[in-house]
Amino acid sequence: MPTAPAVSAASRTVAIRSENLCRHYRMGETLIRAVDGVSVEVRAGEFVALLGSSGSGKSSVLNLIAGLDRPTSGSVVVQDRDLAKLSREELAKYRLRVVGMVFQSFNLIASMTLAENVELPLRFAEVDRSQRQNLSREALERVGLQARMNHRPSELSGGEQQRAALARALINRPQLLLADEPTGNLDSHTGTEIMDMVREFNRGLGMTVVMVTHERALAERYAQRMIFLADGKLIDDRPNASTADGARVQGGQS
Amino acid sequence: MKIPDLAELALRNLRESLLRNSLTTIGISVGVASLVAMLSLGIGLQQLASRRLVKSGLFDTVVVTSRRDLRGMGREREEQRIGPTPGESRILDEPARQEIEHLPNVLEAYPDIRFITELRYDDKPHLTMISALPPSAKSNDAFEGMQGGFFSSDTALEVILQKTFAEELLGRTPPRGGDELNVADLAKPLLGKELTMRYAQRAPSPAQPLPPSAAAANSDSNLAGAAYSVVSREQKLKIVGVADLDPESMRGPTRAKVFLPLKLAESLHVMQPTDLREISRAASDQAVYSSISVRVKNPTQVQVVEDAIKKMGFTTFSLLDASQSLRTFFRVLDLFLLIFGSLALAVASIGIVNTLVMAILERRREIGIMKAIGASDGDVKKLFFAEAGAMGILGGIAGVALGWAIGRIINLATNVYLRRESLTPDNFWAVPWWLVALAIGFSFLVSLVSGLYPAARAAKLDPVQALRYE
Repeated sequence: MPTAPAVSAASRTVAIRSENLCRHYRMGETLIRAVDGVSVEVRAGEFVALLGSSGSGKSSVLNLIAGLDRPTSGSVVVQDRDLAKLSREELAKYRLRVVGMVFQSFNLIASMTLAENVELPLRFAEVDRSQRQNLSREALERVGLQARMNHRPSELSGGEQQRAALARALINRPQLLLADEPTGNLDSHTGTEIMDMVREFNRGLGMTVVMVTHERALAERYAQRMIFLADGKLIDDRPNASTADGARVQGGQS
Repeated sequence: MKIPDLAELALRNLRESLLRNSLTTIGISVGVASLVAMLSLGIGLQQLASRRLVKSGLFDTVVVTSRRDLRGMGREREEQRIGPTPGESRILDEPARQEIEHLPNVLEAYPDIRFITELRYDDKPHLTMISALPPSAKSNDAFEGMQGGFFSSDTALEVILQKTFAEELLGRTPPRGGDELNVADLAKPLLGKELTMRYAQRAPSPAQPLPPSAAAANSDSNLAGAAYSVVSREQKLKIVGVADLDPESMRGPTRAKVFLPLKLAESLHVMQPTDLREISRAASDQAVYSSISVRVKNPTQVQVVEDAIKKMGFTTFSLLDASQSLRTFFRVLDLFLLIFGSLALAVASIGIVNTLVMAILERRREIGIMKAIGASDGDVKKLFFAEAGAMGILGGIAGVALGWAIGRIINLATNVYLRRESLTPDNFWAVPWWLVALAIGFSFLVSLVSGLYPAARAAKLDPVQALRYE
């Protein structure tokens, strides 16, 4: 690998950069500092875990990165887009094209079949019907749910629903996968199954993954890097020494 | 999102809360139905009235009189407003008639000859109004159902009687409240019989002094100043037809009950009420008319022809004027019906707002999900719009069907009532295609307007909050 200047190499591969990121809101008389001056960089292709207890602000950071929320101050730049400066319309496009999201509660639309749920982002992207069907079938095959594509979410187990949600998150081929407690509603076996898939996307498709979790064990098992938050502040940011991945990323600058 | 996708998702969402959305849609359809029912009643009544007017056969006729006739009737002001016209107070004579006849869109212009005179039948005198008909009157709808036939020629010594005069001649009157007398029964004893008409003849050539002997023998009066005399004459006429309807019903109080062929009537030189004034102004021995009927090719051109004749310096009258007030009445009626019909639709539109606001609350999470996976504000807005619009179209279609059915039932019920009261049932109900299109379009529009607020509210929903909401 050629030895390029560290700065330029780093900037080329930075996927997410936040600077003094703040998200404050008022609840009655009290000002809540959900995110309070977080500066962090995530390189492209990294698998990062955001850790912290509930109320630590980890989900708020994720929402800011996802473009679902806007910072009160500071900036968050994703793939060279300063999210604070995007219009609502542009932010929607950003969520559509750049980000794939999975949630603790799966968030599939109950009235739609799996196939329809998975192809929903393509409707917003105005993709033709036939192409939409091909892509959604492909995505469901990738998560092993092709046999269930015409079932509704309520007819499926939690693991299957989360796999469908993963398929939906992938359908637009985003560079970024954001997961908010993806295994929170699953038993450990199913959780492992889901996390293996997420890791596969990270490695096989080169997606940058940011996962919010409060389970340290899960983070240690899958993430290359762990960022700890408490009271909206970043308190620790360190590579995951316990995985081979962490070591590799640490040494090799993938 | 593309429109087919929007429609598909909207219909799917409507199916999800089927009961509530059905009820809302039924609300719209009731609103549309009341609108359709009200308007079709108004239109139906209007068509009924027009139908009756057209049947009278003179919808395409303009009556021309000399402007002079109106002097002293308080119309000078109007004349002034029209402005000085060439040939002001022109004489309505033969050259004028020919000029009018050559105007564009004019089929024919014939003099109105009408006079009150005495007809003797069975040696009994009957005083009545007589009017002359041109050969073209044969196609007049009023002669539908006439007994006998039209004049054999334009100069034949023949008459056609109006039904009421036939009753008079036979000394029959319809029993009160009972059925009218049958035309065929009235005609049977009269057809082919002769009448004797006694009339006052104007001596043909006022410029030449009458032979003293004739004047002495026949003239009832010899008007000083006016250079003509009036001679009493008799003429036998054969009854060839009895008409059921009145071919001149537009003329109101001056309507005639007996009709003569036009050329015959002209050749008789009957003294007419307006003669005196006109004759004194006549430049030559040309025929002068008190009024001329102008038949226009198409009822829509009546106004144009009227304007052209007015410009020539004459006064005109047409059914268009008469139906103007009628039309104003119907316009006001339609407006009232529209307002009352729209009230129900307005109530229904509140139902749409309510339903959609409820849907937002219920589907908050769904909206949050859609936004999280990339739906723009516009997509969410359009989706709610599509739902409102779909309810509007469905409600509109159902409403038109319902309104049509209600109309049918009302019409049927009214006709049953009319028949019981021994009145003729009629169709006073009309749902023209444009009303169908208008009702559905209007319902769609009202629904979209109702969807404005809910759609904007849904679009503005904060996805973070919406996703937190369980």
